[in-house]
This record gives sequence, C-alpha cells and structure tokens, in this order.
Amino acid sequence: MEQWIAGLQEQFPILTPATLMQYWEGMVTTVQLVFLSLIIGLVLAVPLAILRTARNPLVCTPVWAYTYVFRGTPLLIQLYIIYYGVAQIPGIQETFWWTVFREPFYPALLAFTLNTAAYTTEIIRGAIVATPAGEIEAAKAYGMDWWLRMRRIVLPSAARRAIQAYSNEVIFMLHASAIASVVTLVDLTGAARNAYSNYYAPFQAFIFVALLYMMLTFILVFAFRKLENHLLKHQKSATG
Amino acid sequence: MADPAPLICRDIRKQFDQSEVLKGISLETRKGEVVSLIGSSGSGKSTFLRCINLLETPTSGDIIVHGDPVRFKHNRKGDRIPADDRQVELIRARLSMVFQSFNLWSHMTVLENIIEAPIHVLKVPRKEAIERAEAYLNKVGIYERRHYYPAQISGGQQQRAAIARALAMEPEVMLFDEPTSALDPELVGEVLRVMQSLAEDGRTMIVVTHEMAFARNVSSQVLFLHQGVIEEQGSPDKVFNHPDSERMQQFLAPRF
Repeated sequence: MEQWIAGLQEQFPILTPATLMQYWEGMVTTVQLVFLSLIIGLVLAVPLAILRTARNPLVCTPVWAYTYVFRGTPLLIQLYIIYYGVAQIPGIQETFWWTVFREPFYPALLAFTLNTAAYTTEIIRGAIVATPAGEIEAAKAYGMDWWLRMRRIVLPSAARRAIQAYSNEVIFMLHASAIASVVTLVDLTGAARNAYSNYYAPFQAFIFVALLYMMLTFILVFAFRKLENHLLKHQKSATG
Repeated sequence: MADPAPLICRDIRKQFDQSEVLKGISLETRKGEVVSLIGSSGSGKSTFLRCINLLETPTSGDIIVHGDPVRFKHNRKGDRIPADDRQVELIRARLSMVFQSFNLWSHMTVLENIIEAPIHVLKVPRKEAIERAEAYLNKVGIYERRHYYPAQISGGQQQRAAIARALAMEPEVMLFDEPTSALDPELVGEVLRVMQSLAEDGRTMIVVTHEMAFARNVSSQVLFLHQGVIEEQGSPDKVFNHPDSERMQQFLAPRF
C-alpha cells in the first residue's frame, strides 16, 4: 500500500498532502458558495416569479428589469462590479459592511445569488404561466382564495414543470462558480491554479480539478433524478 | 318559515364587449330538483352556468343562494364586480361545479383531489375528509382507483372523480357544465348513470347538456336557451312533446 502511494506520488508529483488539503478546502469553499447562493436565490426567486406574473405593470416591470439586467450581462462583469465597485463606495470602509465585503467570499456570494435568482425567477415564471387554466378555474370554483390557490395548486404544479430546467441551472451555477477564483477566492479552481503554479504541472493540476467538478456534477444529477422521480410520478403510467 | 330555495337567479344579463350573450335569464330551483339547460352552442347556456358561481360576473341581475343574495359593486372603470370576495368564495364552496374537461388537479391523486377543498376551504378534519371522500368514491364506483393520478385513468373515470370531488363539498347545488361532451362515446354512459343516481338521491342539480335522453328522463325542469334568451321552459314533457316555440321544434327535428 505504502509502495503504491509512493509510486503514485512519483508519477503525479502534485498529489502531496499539502496540495490535497488545498483542493479539499477549495472544494468546501465551492460547495458553500454554490449551495448558499442557490438556496438564497431560490428563496428570492419564488416571490419574484409571482410578482413577475402580476398584471399590474408597477409590480411586474421592476422584476422584469432586474432579471433582464442580470441575464443580459456576464456573471464575471457582475462579480467585478460588486467586488471592485463596492470598495469604491465613499465611506463604506468605515462601516460594518466593509468587514464583510473586504473578504472575496461575500461579494462572490452576492453576485452569484443575484445572478441565479434572476435565472430561477424566469424559470419559475414560465412554469407558473403554463399552469393549465382549467385547474386554476377549478380551484376558484371550489372557493379557494388567491393565496390558497397559489400555495396548493399553482406552485406545486409549477415546481413539477420547473424541476428539469432548474436542475440545469444548478449545474450551470456549479460550473460558473469557477470564476470566483478571479477575485482571489481559493475555491476549487483557485486551488488548482495554486497547484499548477507550485509544480508547473498544468495537466495534472487542472485534469484533477476537472474530475472533482465532474464528481460534484454527478452527485447533483443523481440527486435531481431522485427528486424528479418523486415529483413527476403523476406523469408516469400506472403500471410503470 | 319555509326553507329558502337553493338557488334563485333573476334577470341575469351578461355583456361581452359589444355583444349581449345573456339577455335576462331567470331560474328558480326547488330542493332536489334537476334542471337541464339545453340549446345549441353559443346559446349562452354555459355562460349562464358560469355566472351562477361567479366565474363570470353578470352585467346585471340577482343571484340568491339559499336566501343569501350575492352583493355587487362597481369598480372605477364602472364594471360590476362582486362586492365581497369572501362571500364569493363561500358561495362557490356551496355550488360545486363539474367541468366539461374535468379540470382535476393533475399533481394530486384522485383521493387528494377530493379531500383538497373540504380540508382547506371547509376546514373539515383530514380524517373525516378522507372517510367522506371514500364514501363518495364508492358512490361513483372508482374507489379502487383512489391512489391513481388523473393522467393514469380514463376520461370517464376522471369525470366520475370530478363528480366525487363536487359531492365531497356537500353542496347546496351541483353545477354540471357539459359533463359528457369531452368523453369518448363509450364512456358517456358510466357518467350519466352516476348523475342519474345522484338525481334519485335528491341532489339539486343544474346540468348544461347535449344529452337529450338525460334531459328528458332525469330532469324535472328543462330550459331551452337560444341566443341568450329562454325560448322554452317547463317540464320535460312540455318542452319535448308540446313545445310552443318554433326554435325548439327545429332543435328537436331529426338532423339526418
């Protein structure tokens, strides 16, 4: 066993305990960043999607503008604006916010959250709009008020239509999180870059990190397949 | 004091943009009565049914459910709208509707469809709602399908599930909007048989239908609508065998 490890290390010099530790910490940062931005983004997106479907232009236009801006510009630019821009706000360095935004993690979290919330809002909006009119009419005809219809009929039905598009958004966010490394955050990609510059072994450093991203993706794909099987059982034939 | 009529409609009119679809329809039902609304498409019979439970707001006229008149007001644009949304919800819960295309909630099983409104609108305890639902599922003959989703059962079974959903509200009046028109011919019979047995149980029903045999044999009152007015009204015998109106005579004339 020890011999095998020694042999492995000879072939792949980057696989030292120190670099593996860096990769591990990078993975923890990536998972935290992606997980938190997805959760907060989803929590924001549900009410925003409902507002986005409102008929009153004073309600739906601001949401439309928000999703248009965040879907219409590159995530990297959004990250630059938040990371470099916030430091330039006059007086911010004297406030509490500076202790938060000085760290690269929080500007990255903010940019990712706003970005994924915009995409998720549009995914959910599309699913809400596609709710069969007859099902909403039946809910009205049985005395349900707006909120009850939303909670019991429209949103559960929309969630089932949104799940497939949303699983793509989640995987997209995982991969997009690689750009967090440009604002000095040591995420998975940051760890790979450090390994590359320490050992000057680009193939090893980056193929290893690619495998780690792939592993995370497979976990997500698997989890979403389970969730889809559960949520979409109403579409399956009774015998199947 | 006598029990008030389950439903009274007085001079219901409905205007869509320029065209008047209903030109003053009145209807009074007695408890346990089956009223059939017949007429060609576009005669306004479905619109009238939708006005009764306020899925459409009548432009003028009164609706009185079990002695309780629906209150209306005018909005800023001058359109007539119900004054009290809460009252509308309460009234709808007492007039349950069966739709042409079933409109079951597709993400819920048959049983979940039936207990949904009793639990969340009528606040019936869950256990009691399930017991009630199972009794009505037996009544319509699809008890063994209760854990299926709507997409997994036939149209006739879906419509019977929808009838069980309506029954579970224990409504004052049941409204049927062409309940067999979306069904394959061989599935029509099973739904009509269920409706006939409800009529025999003494349910108050208003049925928009193209099934003349049902209107003739099951109903106690028939309304023939043409271009938004009642052309002929009365017992099935009167309407089908001795109609006064020429339109009704034409409507009944054999078409082949």
